[in-house]
Amino acid sequence: MSIWMIIIVVAYLCVIGYLGFRGFKTTKSATDYMLGGRSVHPYVMAMSYGATFISTSAIVGFGGAAGVFGMGLLWLTVMNIFVGIFIAFWVFGGRTRKMGLRLDAHTFPELLGRRFQSRFIQGASAVIIFLFIPLYASAVLTGAAKYISSQFSVDYNVALFVFSVIIALYVVMGGIKGVMYTDALQGTIMLFGMTALLIITYVKMGGVTAAHQSLTDMAALVPEKLQAGGHQGWTSMPKFGAPSWWVLVSTIIMGVGIGVLAQPQLAVRYMTVKSGKELNRAIPIGGVFIMMVTGVAYVVGALSNVHFQQTLGKVSIVAAKGDVEAIIPMYLQSAMPEWFSVLFMLTLISAAMSTLSSQFHVMGTSLGRDLAEESMGRKNKGGGVLATRGAVFVGILISVYLSYIIELKFGKTGTSIVARGTAIFFGLCACAFLPMYVGALWSRGITKAGAIAGMLSGSFFSLFWMVFIQEKASSALLLCNKLFGTRSLAIHMVDGKEVFSSIGPIVWAYVDPLMIGLPLAVGVTVLVSLFTKKTAPDHLNRCMGTK
Amino acid sequence: MLGIEDPGVVLAYFLCIFCTLICLIWGAVKWNVDDES
Repeated sequence: MSIWMIIIVVAYLCVIGYLGFRGFKTTKSATDYMLGGRSVHPYVMAMSYGATFISTSAIVGFGGAAGVFGMGLLWLTVMNIFVGIFIAFWVFGGRTRKMGLRLDAHTFPELLGRRFQSRFIQGASAVIIFLFIPLYASAVLTGAAKYISSQFSVDYNVALFVFSVIIALYVVMGGIKGVMYTDALQGTIMLFGMTALLIITYVKMGGVTAAHQSLTDMAALVPEKLQAGGHQGWTSMPKFGAPSWWVLVSTIIMGVGIGVLAQPQLAVRYMTVKSGKELNRAIPIGGVFIMMVTGVAYVVGALSNVHFQQTLGKVSIVAAKGDVEAIIPMYLQSAMPEWFSVLFMLTLISAAMSTLSSQFHVMGTSLGRDLAEESMGRKNKGGGVLATRGAVFVGILISVYLSYIIELKFGKTGTSIVARGTAIFFGLCACAFLPMYVGALWSRGITKAGAIAGMLSGSFFSLFWMVFIQEKASSALLLCNKLFGTRSLAIHMVDGKEVFSSIGPIVWAYVDPLMIGLPLAVGVTVLVSLFTKKTAPDHLNRCMGTK
Repeated sequence: MLGIEDPGVVLAYFLCIFCTLICLIWGAVKWNVDDES
């Protein structure tokens, strides 16, 4: 590690410290701590939203997945820009901000609870968030600690501890202002790092068309196992209905592309700005950020195959010895100039810190605000910030302990459980919250009972599907194997051979929980609402801003 | 086109750019548009 790297990292941490301190100095109330006083600058809001959404797993994990599946992952970038930014800010953002203001809601569970006049909804939403977000946070934390440990040649546990303490300091003290100011800086670094990565890659490979053509010409080199799964080359989509197609379309593109709409740590961002004007201004900033960060990761991940073929005579996944997450770091190490490794190190650390800080913050507000204060009826004036600060600290301890114990006790098995953390949380949030959230914003007909029924059925069904049906999740979570001796209930042994249950092109073991759980939760929400007590019209008028 | 074999992937490549342009145009057009338990 060079002296320059140390100087740059120290300077970076000093700026982070200053921004966290600035957040602390300007945080006077619960509204400041949870919503930045509802007056956050649109650039800060857009970059914070983007940097929170895009973690190291999106760059390294999904970039590596593009090294395996190819440029078909660009459909996820399309979804991320169109659904995750344009639809999210324009369609969801405006209504969420206005309803949050009318109901004086400070958190996502509080917004839903007040809209449906139900403490159960607020409490249950907070429980779902508090129970499952540590798994998502551990996925990011473990990845970051491993990266820092290898980059700085320090012990994994030391990296985990130091990294967590730095984030804890500015989240606990600075609240959402500390989180969003640092996010904006980290998002800007990510934007520069990824732009440089794209330019250098295309220049090295002789330009845009030449680079893509080289990748197209490698179609015959797809490993046999991937070909059997429907892989047709790195500039083609997999065969319709094949295992690769289901993983790419149902889990990666739809699961993450739609799941983003119901992420509590992202939805709360809409409530941090002063007016609809700020949301409109955030759309172009967020759109450019997502295209440059995710689009570049997926294009470069796919093009890494060209580099490894030219230098090692192997495709990426073979060069990385089967480790998908090693593809991007290996590519950077062997293809990029030395100065770039420092910039990219900051890019990855920024991506991890920005996502983790928001996860810790939303964990704290769920426990402190939604559970301790509101749902249990122990509301006290002025105590909100202190309770939430304490809860943020508890959330950080749980995530760090999970990252520590999983690595220590379960080794590689633990790592595969944690690696599913992001997908599990996205899928669960979409099934549990999205029908109720859409109903809250647009429908006068969705009742309190309908919202509760939809949330519970969506949560239970998506968890059931993850634990017992979806092969990637169920084999990582181990419970199905323990209870039934098979890694998925949708896989049967016939004459000593594995047979996957299917209907037409639908192979159940490859279908993401969101594809089944979300329609089911929507159906239950609507059906129960048809037969249960309607919400009082005057409350609906107040929520919707109608007379 | 662009050295990419599958029209579906070419479409995704252009849609990324197109969606970003929509966001930029939206921001330019709407820059100043504003909307007591």
